[in-house]
Amino acid sequence: MARNISVTLTKEDVKKIASLAKLPLDEKDIPVYISQLSSILSFVSKLSDVESAGVVPTSQVTGLLNVYRDDVIDTKRMLSQEEVLANAHETHDGFIIVPQILAKE
Amino acid sequence: MNIRDYTIQSALKEMRAGTLRAKDLILSCLENIERYTETYNVLLSVAAKEDLLAEAKKIDSSGYDKPLSGIPIVLKDIFSTTSLRTTAGSKVLENYHAPYEATVVKKLREAGAIIIGKANQDAWAHGSTGENSDFGPTSSAYDIKYVAGGSSSGSATAVALGMCLASTGTDTGGSIRVPASFNNLVGLKPTYGRVSRYGIIAMASSLDSVGHMTKTVYDNALMLSVTAGIDPYDATTGQKSVSDYLSAISSLQSLKGITIGVSPDYLTVGKKATDGMNPELEKLTEEALGVFTALGATIKEIDLPHTKDALETYYVLCPSEVSSNLGRYDGIRYGNTRDAFGLEARRRIMIGTYTLSAGYYDAYYKTAQKVRTLVCQEFEKAFETVDVVFAPVSPSPSPLIGEFVNDPLALYLSDIYTVPVNLAGLAGLSLPAGFVGTLPVGIQLIGKQWSEERLYAISNVYEKKTEWYKRRPKV
Repeated sequence: MARNISVTLTKEDVKKIASLAKLPLDEKDIPVYISQLSSILSFVSKLSDVESAGVVPTSQVTGLLNVYRDDVIDTKRMLSQEEVLANAHETHDGFIIVPQILAKE
Repeated sequence: MNIRDYTIQSALKEMRAGTLRAKDLILSCLENIERYTETYNVLLSVAAKEDLLAEAKKIDSSGYDKPLSGIPIVLKDIFSTTSLRTTAGSKVLENYHAPYEATVVKKLREAGAIIIGKANQDAWAHGSTGENSDFGPTSSAYDIKYVAGGSSSGSATAVALGMCLASTGTDTGGSIRVPASFNNLVGLKPTYGRVSRYGIIAMASSLDSVGHMTKTVYDNALMLSVTAGIDPYDATTGQKSVSDYLSAISSLQSLKGITIGVSPDYLTVGKKATDGMNPELEKLTEEALGVFTALGATIKEIDLPHTKDALETYYVLCPSEVSSNLGRYDGIRYGNTRDAFGLEARRRIMIGTYTLSAGYYDAYYKTAQKVRTLVCQEFEKAFETVDVVFAPVSPSPSPLIGEFVNDPLALYLSDIYTVPVNLAGLAGLSLPAGFVGTLPVGIQLIGKQWSEERLYAISNVYEKKTEWYKRRPKV
């Protein structure tokens, strides 16, 4: 018997998800996200009606198992420091500048 | 000459006979690009004319001895190239220049192809209309008011408008088959792992596959014979040897002895999910099935009852994997910061973050993985008694640009016929099936894993009979 599952996210839920995903969020957009994300989640929640107890989950469809490569350096794939840094916004002396995460004592 | 009137096959034939040069093909492409790319919003980058002509000149003096000598190709802008920027259709990567090239690009170049430009697409390949591109929607080559279909939108319109002879795309839930069908093209989503994904920006890694759009089945088989195969740089490429697709094509003269499965579940589910199929499209779909019957195929009814659960499964697994894959865009090593993500990418990242978060993982992600097993199993069972499964591609022809802009869920529902193929890692080929008004529509043949050879052979017989590809857009 199919149930009608309804998921209603709160403002706090949306803020929490955005912060977990490191997505900057505009306060004015929150109502739209509440409505759109809730309707999508309500839709996919119908999955719980499918009889799937005891079924083995599928994480990949190739049937491949433990694909290894030789533990050697492949020089064809190596990039120069210049190439690696070419797309970074801020660099200094061959390093990428990142935001500070540790507070100064 | 206009390249729109050529296929890869006919262009190669004429070049090898000395009546056509690669230079003529390139000039015709550039003319069509100049004429249409802005109004139809097809390409995001175009190679420099002098570079293209230099490549053409080299090929024109070398005897056309390679499988794709002098053939102009457009790449979806999700394939890494060192010569042109790679945006994935997103402002996050607006100015990103890849430091290395995708294996497929390398293979195409080695086969003599000329990369003429990079095509517009839904940002990060999220969408089935092309409208989620941060650079604006692409129009269908057949009617500028309607969408090209997505996510490989520009790739489809580029072939139809004569900006190239073939294009590359990626298909995670229909992104090659849908735009191909909306532009009267042949579009292959190969078996998962048939074509290397190295250097192609990831969307949902357990579902992504790489394929091609062409005017004909022959051209498609030729493209796949160049790009398919094991790649040491992509550990998910299958060990199965690559078949001789071109010889396979002419292996069937009729469809006698071929059994085609048709599932009533597709029609009932399609009706429930999307207020029913477009009636004219439904009629064309039945007519296409009639062609297969007339060609000698046996039609067999099969059960695919979990089709009704495929969309829910897909829309848990896909955004989960999306949220994980898009986690790497931190704006530090490359690309802009995360505030540059567009609306659909944000929605998918947030849904995926939710479904993977503590307390929800089992209810959503793990359950979806289990239902995925059920979808795989019922296809396996079906393929015990049928050679291929026949299905529509989309429940309606191209929507108008803007039609679904405020209703993302309604648009998700239109993926009903394409996503099951990705869930099970099967091969799916979309083929032209006629026109609803001005708009082309397609049908789909689904084959078991590694059955591309068979799909091409069956499709070739259908194509010889129908020849829809001969209809060109009226521009």
